[in-house]
Amino acid sequence: MTHKSIPTPDSFTLRIDGTDVVAQVGQSILEVAQDHNIGIPTLCYLEGLTPWGGCRLCLVEIKGSGRLLPACSTLATEDMDVTTTSPRIERYRRTIVELLFSERNHICAVCVSNGNCELQTLAQEMGVTHVHVPYRYPTLLVDSSHDGFRLDHNRCVMCTRCVRVCEEIEGAATKGVGGRGIDSMIINDLNEPWGESDTCTSCGKCVSVCPTGALTEKGTTFADMAKRRERRELLPYLTQTREGRR
Amino acid sequence: MTNATRPRLATIWLDGCSGCHMSLLDMDERLIDIASVADIVFSPTVDTKEFPENVDVTLMEGAIGSDEDVEKARKIRSRTKILVSMGDCALTANVVSMRNLFTVEDVLARAYDEPGSGNVPEPRPGESRAPKRYVPKLQTKARPVHEVVEVDYFLPGCPPPADAIHYTITELLAGRAPDPSHLTRFGR
Ligand code: SF4
Ligand code: SF4
Ligand code: SF4
Ligand code: FES
Repeated sequence: MTHKSIPTPDSFTLRIDGTDVVAQVGQSILEVAQDHNIGIPTLCYLEGLTPWGGCRLCLVEIKGSGRLLPACSTLATEDMDVTTTSPRIERYRRTIVELLFSERNHICAVCVSNGNCELQTLAQEMGVTHVHVPYRYPTLLVDSSHDGFRLDHNRCVMCTRCVRVCEEIEGAATKGVGGRGIDSMIINDLNEPWGESDTCTSCGKCVSVCPTGALTEKGTTFADMAKRRERRELLPYLTQTREGRR
Repeated sequence: MTNATRPRLATIWLDGCSGCHMSLLDMDERLIDIASVADIVFSPTVDTKEFPENVDVTLMEGAIGSDEDVEKARKIRSRTKILVSMGDCALTANVVSMRNLFTVEDVLARAYDEPGSGNVPEPRPGESRAPKRYVPKLQTKARPVHEVVEVDYFLPGCPPPADAIHYTITELLAGRAPDPSHLTRFGR
């Protein structure tokens, strides 16, 4: 990719972790960092989908701003001075992961995503070995009404990847968010059982993008879940196709 | 051979399935190496009945599920220099916490009174078959160990692999602070 190093009229420089990097106009801080192999943890972000900025795991420090800002949904600008990791940022990120575990019922040992789960991986990468806040243990339902798929609210982290892929790529807009705050839930259509949805095409894209064990194919085991990662590589390709048609 | 200067190790099994101890035994011949430098003074694998004083390192498997678990955890904490939570049940309450969505009465009824729930005598009409004596009283919720007593190190995994347990023990015996995150994580 040419924009990595060669300045063009559409490019400018900024600093990430003390190094000058070249960015294209319109790129987010996260995209610039990824172009330069600077790792920033993410959960709700998925290449090919509109950034959501909801999980806040990608928070970075920007010199001159007292607030931490999400790298996935903050545009890079000229002369920005970005810090991607510090004790403060790490503390925030670890707290976010702990809160995600405490909000719903995550029992990895009996979860179909055990071993292929992005929440597990984040916990491992950040050294989250236990949760400092009390667990909520909410009573949540599992929607098994669809012939092929299952939605287990116990494992959902409300990243909304499923909502965005269903609307932006499949064009079905079956999935949505119902409720408010900590009681938010993924819903199908107007909060109907998934199996009764008139809009769902059963394409399975939501299942492919789900980072956790919340959306699964019926009858899957741990081993099958590994295949999901491969299928997910389909998405950037799909976005390009969509843009090509415009 | 006991020696006053050798480190004193203990392991305990609270509200867990014993899987972490099975993984501990999976250290195989490395157990002999450990036994040659440290004394295992209390464990499901040794015959001591009372948890001894002055233990250097205790590995604790399982969540805190009953009043008895609370007592044991407190006593062990007061008698141990370094307490390690071993395995997801100790760290998160894990599988044991699945009962936390229900009341203790419902859990006991499921186990003792519902059809097909076990080979125990017929209840008298209107009376639960759940034991009223001898079996420790369940707490309202199963909790991670660190919600009850202070924990020094955390060893995730269901169960933690033998390599992670071995690493943690040998680092502690060497006087270093283990960080087993490169060897294990929640779940498997
Ligand atoms: S979704 Fe991930 S973190 Fe949650 S229980 Fe399943 S494997 Fe564990
Ligand atoms: S299967 Fe396809 S259409 Fe149905 S909810 Fe999932 S993404 Fe939307
Ligand atoms: S179901 Fe999966 S993809 Fe959808 S919001 Fe929950 S965790 Fe994210
Ligand atoms: S990845 Fe940026 S907010 Fe979720």
